[in-house]
Amino acid sequence: MSRLAKGGQLDRSQQIPFTFDGQTYLGFKGDTLASALLANDVRLVGRSFKYHRPRGILTSGSEEPNALMQIGVGPQTTPNVRATTQEIYRGLAASSQNRFPSLSFDLMEVNDLLSPFLSAGFYYKTFMWPKAFWEKLYEPVIRRAAGLGALSGAADAAHYDKAFAHCDLLVIGSGPAGLMAALTAAKGGLDVILADEDFTLGGRLNSETYEIDGAGCSDWAAGIVSELAAMKNVRLMPRTTITGAYDGGTYGALERVSHHLATAPDHAPLETFWRIAARRAILAGGAIERPIAFPNNDRPGVMMAGAVRSYVNRFAAAPGQAVSIFTNNDDGHRTAADLVAAGVTIAAVIDTRAGAVAVADYPLITGAQVVGTSGRLGLSEISVRTSAGIRKIKTDCLGVSGGWNPSVHLTCHMNGRPVWREDIAAFIPADGAIPGLISAGSALGEMSTHAALKTGADAAAEVLKDLGKKAPRVTLPKAEDAPVTIQPFWHVNGAKGRSWLDMQNDVTSKDVKLAHQENFRPVEHMKRYTTLGMATDQGKTSNMNGLAIMAELTGRSIPETGTTTFRPPYTPVAIGALGAHGAGKSFAPERFIPSDALAREKNARFAEVGLWYRPSWFTQAGETNWRQSCDREVVMVRASVGLCDVTTLGKIDIQGPDAPEFLDRVYSNMFSTLPIGKVRYGLMLREDGMVMDDGTSARFGENHYVMTTTTAAAGQVMMHLDFAAQVLWPELDVQFISVTEQWAQFAVAGPKSRQLLDGLLSEDITDETFPYMACGDVTIGKVKARLFRISFSGEHAYELAVPAHYGDAIARELDKRAAEMGGGWYGMEALNVMRIEKGFITHAEIHGRVTADDIGAGRMVSAKKDCVGKVSSQRPGLSGPEREQLVGLKPVGTVKQFLGGAHLFNVDDDAVRMNDQGYITSHCFSPTLGHTIALGFVKNGRARMGEVIKMVDLLRNVETKCEICNPVFWDEKGGALRG
Amino acid sequence: MRYSALQVFLNGLTGNKNWKPVWRNPEPKSHYDVIIIGGGGHGLSTAYYLAAKYGITNVAVLERGYLGGGNVGRNTTIVRANYFLEGNSQFYSHSLKMWESLEQELNYNVMLSQRGQVILGHSDGQVDSLARRGNMMRMQGDDAELWSREETKRQLPYLNHDDPRFPVYGALMHWRGGTARHDAVAWGFARGADMRGVDLIQNCEVKGFRIENGKVLGVETSRGYIGAGKVGMTVAGRTSQVGEMAGLRLPIESHVLQAFVTEGLKPIMPHVVSFGMGHFYLSQSDKGGLVFGGDLDMYNSYAQRGNLPMVEHVAEAGMALMPMIGKAKMLRSWGGIMDMSMDGTPIIDKTHIDGFFLNCGWCYGGFKAVPASGDCFAHLISTGNHHKAADKFLLSRFETGHVIDETGNGATPNLH
Amino acid sequence: MRINCPICGERDSREFHYRGSAKLLDRPAPDAGAEAFYDYVYIRENPTGLNRELWFHDSGCRSWIVAERNVTTHEFFKTELAVDAKRGAK
Repeated sequence: MSRLAKGGQLDRSQQIPFTFDGQTYLGFKGDTLASALLANDVRLVGRSFKYHRPRGILTSGSEEPNALMQIGVGPQTTPNVRATTQEIYRGLAASSQNRFPSLSFDLMEVNDLLSPFLSAGFYYKTFMWPKAFWEKLYEPVIRRAAGLGALSGAADAAHYDKAFAHCDLLVIGSGPAGLMAALTAAKGGLDVILADEDFTLGGRLNSETYEIDGAGCSDWAAGIVSELAAMKNVRLMPRTTITGAYDGGTYGALERVSHHLATAPDHAPLETFWRIAARRAILAGGAIERPIAFPNNDRPGVMMAGAVRSYVNRFAAAPGQAVSIFTNNDDGHRTAADLVAAGVTIAAVIDTRAGAVAVADYPLITGAQVVGTSGRLGLSEISVRTSAGIRKIKTDCLGVSGGWNPSVHLTCHMNGRPVWREDIAAFIPADGAIPGLISAGSALGEMSTHAALKTGADAAAEVLKDLGKKAPRVTLPKAEDAPVTIQPFWHVNGAKGRSWLDMQNDVTSKDVKLAHQENFRPVEHMKRYTTLGMATDQGKTSNMNGLAIMAELTGRSIPETGTTTFRPPYTPVAIGALGAHGAGKSFAPERFIPSDALAREKNARFAEVGLWYRPSWFTQAGETNWRQSCDREVVMVRASVGLCDVTTLGKIDIQGPDAPEFLDRVYSNMFSTLPIGKVRYGLMLREDGMVMDDGTSARFGENHYVMTTTTAAAGQVMMHLDFAAQVLWPELDVQFISVTEQWAQFAVAGPKSRQLLDGLLSEDITDETFPYMACGDVTIGKVKARLFRISFSGEHAYELAVPAHYGDAIARELDKRAAEMGGGWYGMEALNVMRIEKGFITHAEIHGRVTADDIGAGRMVSAKKDCVGKVSSQRPGLSGPEREQLVGLKPVGTVKQFLGGAHLFNVDDDAVRMNDQGYITSHCFSPTLGHTIALGFVKNGRARMGEVIKMVDLLRNVETKCEICNPVFWDEKGGALRG
Repeated sequence: MRYSALQVFLNGLTGNKNWKPVWRNPEPKSHYDVIIIGGGGHGLSTAYYLAAKYGITNVAVLERGYLGGGNVGRNTTIVRANYFLEGNSQFYSHSLKMWESLEQELNYNVMLSQRGQVILGHSDGQVDSLARRGNMMRMQGDDAELWSREETKRQLPYLNHDDPRFPVYGALMHWRGGTARHDAVAWGFARGADMRGVDLIQNCEVKGFRIENGKVLGVETSRGYIGAGKVGMTVAGRTSQVGEMAGLRLPIESHVLQAFVTEGLKPIMPHVVSFGMGHFYLSQSDKGGLVFGGDLDMYNSYAQRGNLPMVEHVAEAGMALMPMIGKAKMLRSWGGIMDMSMDGTPIIDKTHIDGFFLNCGWCYGGFKAVPASGDCFAHLISTGNHHKAADKFLLSRFETGHVIDETGNGATPNLH
Repeated sequence: MRINCPICGERDSREFHYRGSAKLLDRPAPDAGAEAFYDYVYIRENPTGLNRELWFHDSGCRSWIVAERNVTTHEFFKTELAVDAKRGAK
């Protein structure tokens, strides 16, 4: 066991069993999976992507490239979980990834032997011969070898949530800078959110041993956290990663609500994705330690020095029994000193700087470099090059420190380019890279604790001033203020072996050199060619070293070489969280018609129509096939009376002195001349001259119309009217509102429709008082209703509208009356049959590429007035014989089958594109006519009535000879409508 | 230097020290027969075909940044020929055929993977539209299969067939559709063009044009004036700006389209799948990442990044369609600037300026068009006549009304 | 992205529908001719800097709003109701 006997922020009273690759281990509450594994002497935790090299834990944070694990087994297993951030819980089952058959014996390790042939971009140069082999052989093999963890293939059953939050100030990160910023701002009266990805707030302070204001720094942090927790204007959000910076002060944030629990409380989500709207933000996200590249620097046991310190100080887990440190800066020595204090043996500290001095009792080798390592599945020895030659040192853990990179990532999300700071040899955030965000602490390159505290407080004071508040008096706590001394050192030169940059993607310094050699020198080319920085950490621990090597090769400075852009999210976010409530029925709202309950009682089969559920047909006893139901419903309507809930049509109530003029401008035909008490069919164009929608408008008064739109275009038309009234013609005095949901509306259609209404309405309805296309107010008992004599079936028909809350009652009353006359409900299928029989169009025909002329309604574009789309509709390409025009089609050969989407050809032509004459839009079996019929578009169709052409469907192998005919198949003169 | 498995092997034996630069970094000459503005996919393929097929090798490609840094390097890599309107149909068919021999043509592995691209239909009407499209594909000589509800369920068991808000009614499968490795396409064309003498000039921004008596004479750049017999522009999202320098006013808007990739995963998704009831499509890369995308962010933009509403909408659509991806973690999101034309269809045409040629309006379908766009544009530039596969992509169509509007949304570029 | 609706105040952009250039405010006169309508319907300035554009507060007060926004930084400078913008222009 490498668990230290004392220390650490662990609750040693709570021992927690968990498994890794089937083996059970024990950890404590407060452990991460990584710290618990290290405490149990587990060093080999994974395999790299390309060469399947053994991999150990590299870091103690979310930047971890190596220790990615599969958590859980079975359908709900989660891939690619960072062991360094996953808290352990009772029963946690982790397993290693990307190895076969086992972690310690991975057959794919053969790739490593082949590595000379697998250099950067090798795959672009080969696998091209023979031609067919890429997809049949090479690609499948590569695909199987690639990838890290695995999805189970089962639906994700986890509960995810989303939420909005608003604040004056969002503080990102809870180290010394973040805590001081939050405290200062909160005392100054701002609404503050303090978010940190860690489960314990305090940032690096939890991993350090120095003092702040005379107390241990982690105790100091805990004290400030409790002070903040007690303030009403502060919201603390631990386990919350700010994932991205977006426009307008919007930040994405992922809160891991239940990942640390064996069983989540009822209704608690696994994760919540927050959208935080912050007036200001302070980035206090700290810094990430960077490595030094040297040969075979990728063995398990080689870690970041700061991570070694974290494991010892915070988790009381010694990552090795004889630890060595390789550093180019003072921070490496802090690790050594802390380890000595904790009783961990230091094998050696190797400092690249000649003048480095030890700060505690440990062996120090100055002016030296680590030039090699050995140990197959874990580090056992390092080779150190000194002025006196090569020294071999036995060690099982090597902490590496190449300096610290400020966490600039969020500030790059809006394409900000970080700026180089020479004294710390690192990039810091560019001023103003994210409007409203300023940086503090080590994220800003201020590396001492004192500077972090001070810049945190200063940043908050700046925000307070900016927002018009007075900064409170805050005394800065006393803390160390050591200057940073660093001598940039990126990689060891002149030693044999591959030096790893990107541990996960297996990118070595040789790959960068090859990119340079082949002229992939711009940083983006280097990244894309070598895949450096494209692993799951986006290069947090590798990009800088790669840039430095490229800079060296091109003879330019690092800032001249440039950086690639960090993209959101800061750390990967589950699609389930971003897409919370997308799965299942909650993907989109569900809209139900007023007669929904009745329809269900009557065995309606429903279909999704936009957001609505509408009955397709009503199955009656003995009917086994939808066609039986549909045919019966059509016959019923044509013989007696049918009912259909048409509430889904868009209904817009339009009023005002300029309402008639307004309708004249949005409809292609005239509505100002429509008499009161009458309904007119109307066609609406888009400004480009194509048909937008059709429908009716009824005039209830001098200045009052009720418009109906199609179900499909209801929203679009409403927005279009708002556009016309506000953007085009605000001078018109007209008001309107959607009343789709206020009125339940039922079609009552068929020769007995008037008989059905007789006695139901208080008014007497006759052909004289209520002729075809009449409308008016009516009453049913005490309920005010509206009646329209309009028809989409070709029958003598009415549409009866009642306030929506009477919808169910009226539907039941209509149902009762219809049943007495041998009538009943009909669904969308029967509705569709009857409208095709009448040649009425829907959006199957007016699909956005169709003009008024195409559908034979050219004369509906009034010559007497302007309207939206009129001028554009007169362009030469929008009318004429070369265009496809709406026609009817009836079969004339032995095959009588029509298919939607089938194309039309001259009888003797081959079914190829050059011969295309048109296509079928709608088709049905007409029980009225006793055969199939179709609507479609045919080139110059109106001039070709009576011509026989053929329908060909190459997808379903159907060919039907058919005759072009008038699209009105039944009751062309409209006798039924009027009679 | 010819690439092959043998070369990879021999170079591996010698420490990979003998690989040569894939292209030169030439200084601009004072005059070229043809200058192509924009070193993205379309510009590089145009230069390649000018040199390789149409015999014009005194060509320069001027690129403001680095080669392949535009949309060719930031797309979701889908290749398909599944359009249903005359004009588009023959063009994308031509392009797909070119893709199928591109690796051999370029001696560069662009990793074309014809794994099948499937579009789902969620109502009878949508299935009819898919049938109309699929029939056109077959009429054009391309492949298409129309799947019933049952067949779709059998072929795509990983979709939500249990409690979907919008059930699947059927699907259109295009087996020859698939993906390719985007960067490799840019690099393969660049290498091929360079090998044939084309000067690829990076970090060279166009500042203006010299036009006299209605004829273009050359290009003012950040690296000085360069004379040209002819100039072709392939600058995607920057079309309006470069066009304006030549006095063109165009039916183009620039919009941002986001794309997303997850962490690497073992193979789980064999196809490219498109949702019909929310803009969402997904495929899995050879590296194992799920690559997916959706709609434009909707507002005009020149920022190569987007915002959360579309990120979330795309993820929601993904969860609606295939909730098995819930535990896959999005690794990166990014944005490209699309030259959205007013009918959703590209423009490859001459302009009112003699010798000045226009190639733009690719919306978010430009990647799959790269080979044919280069071929047809090179044909137009070299012969003065439209290639028959692209003779409907005329700038004048907006004025005459001969628009090619696949989505049927009219002059609203963000809805195409 | 957050948009300041003149009626509702600052709201998340997901409440709004984007239409495009505010050029659409200036519909040509009915007799202006085909070319004027071609320009109005199809030609766009498509600037890289300040864009004057139309948004619709779809999930709010249903106001059409004219916004001035930098299309490279996405920063909003000004929003006003379309009806006011139109009156101001007269």
